[in-house]
Amino acid sequence: MAGFSICWILWLPMVQFFGDNLTCFRGGRIVFADLSFSLDNGDALVLRGPNGSGKSSLLRVMAGLVDPVAGAVTWDDIGNGSSIQSDPDAHHRHIHFVGHADAVKPVLSVRENVSFWAKLRTSAPDVDGALSALGIIDLADVPGRFLSAGQKRRVGLARVLAAPAPLWLLDEPATALDAGGIEALENAIRAHRAGGGMVVVSTHQNLQIDDPHRLNLDAFPGREQAYE
Amino acid sequence: MNSFVQIVRRDLNLSFRQGMDSAMVVMFFVIAVVLFPFGVGPEPNILMRIAAGVIWVAALLASMLSLERLFQADFEDGSLEILVLQPVPLEIAVIAKITAHWITTGLPLIIAAPILAVLLNMNADGFGMLIAALALGTPSLSLIGAIGAALILGARRGGVLLSLLILPLYIPVLIFGVSAVDATLAGLSVKPHLLILSALLLSSLALCPWVGAAALRQAMRS
Repeated sequence: MAGFSICWILWLPMVQFFGDNLTCFRGGRIVFADLSFSLDNGDALVLRGPNGSGKSSLLRVMAGLVDPVAGAVTWDDIGNGSSIQSDPDAHHRHIHFVGHADAVKPVLSVRENVSFWAKLRTSAPDVDGALSALGIIDLADVPGRFLSAGQKRRVGLARVLAAPAPLWLLDEPATALDAGGIEALENAIRAHRAGGGMVVVSTHQNLQIDDPHRLNLDAFPGREQAYE
Repeated sequence: MNSFVQIVRRDLNLSFRQGMDSAMVVMFFVIAVVLFPFGVGPEPNILMRIAAGVIWVAALLASMLSLERLFQADFEDGSLEILVLQPVPLEIAVIAKITAHWITTGLPLIIAAPILAVLLNMNADGFGMLIAALALGTPSLSLIGAIGAALILGARRGGVLLSLLILPLYIPVLIFGVSAVDATLAGLSVKPHLLILSALLLSSLALCPWVGAAALRQAMRS
């Protein structure tokens, strides 16, 4: 049995999360067409492209917030290769999504904001560890309404660290972060990948990510896609 | 079940700290009812006859008033997007938010209703039934209203649209809520009215969370 699984790893790439021939149609136009990607344990995928090129749309398709008009997003270990729509709860357990809004409630403290989301996923979240990792442990008892934009963003990212999930989908995560915040984010991504986690990130900033796959969405539509 | 409790607690927490929301609903309820004696004149017999109807209509409008914010605040700050992506069935999250809405608006209305009934010279025999009918009816109002609250996300002038969508659906609850009280005061059997109110509650409990969740998913797609 062990021999069999070693052969399996040697002969077939161990793809965990992949999208096949995705086409996304929004607001009366095709945002991207025939787009494919695949992610293995420890991989990072960086989405690049100018504004409006479909980075956010692709992340929303990966999250399952938007259905692609063609193609499917699939996990190897969920639902025998059927798409994420067949078992949304299992898919949601596998992902963390950070969008443009930070979902910080003004009347809840930083710790309450983070722990509410973490407790929906795990009964024993590491909230203080997440706050320390992002350098906002001193703000733990401060209500959300007193936070700056960068601090709110750190709270949004702390939610991701507080409860583990294999795949992080980060839409412009470095927005409003200062140098220290970006470094904390880079360290968090590095640690997550070292533990076998996967990251998909869209970014304009110079976020240092080691050895990533790149998907250039500038190449759509019509032109050839650039997937390394 | 655990996540249900978590979401209810968080929404109650938010509502109590933001403070004024439920107080304003009750104030609206009181003021709307108090307007009637000024409008129809202080004739005790007339007020006695319309008391149940006035209280029910005012309760309906007051409950409607706060519905607009049920999902709107979470939609605007991105919380809804994250809630949809949690490993919690969205239907459970919707029931939890409706429960919190009922505790912060429906329950205070039930408590305030008998006081207003005194003001309208309602016969004291009807108080118990008024409370019972409101207790059966207001959860249905929150449940049905949640569908509208989910449908208006992203729309401009959502509040007005919400009333147009939801008020017609409130009519059955209104009819049987009022007639339960009237039947008590007339000495007739209240059983059929209460049974129908319970049926309305059970069917909206079975249906509304699913419709509301579908509407929320739709709102996320746009």
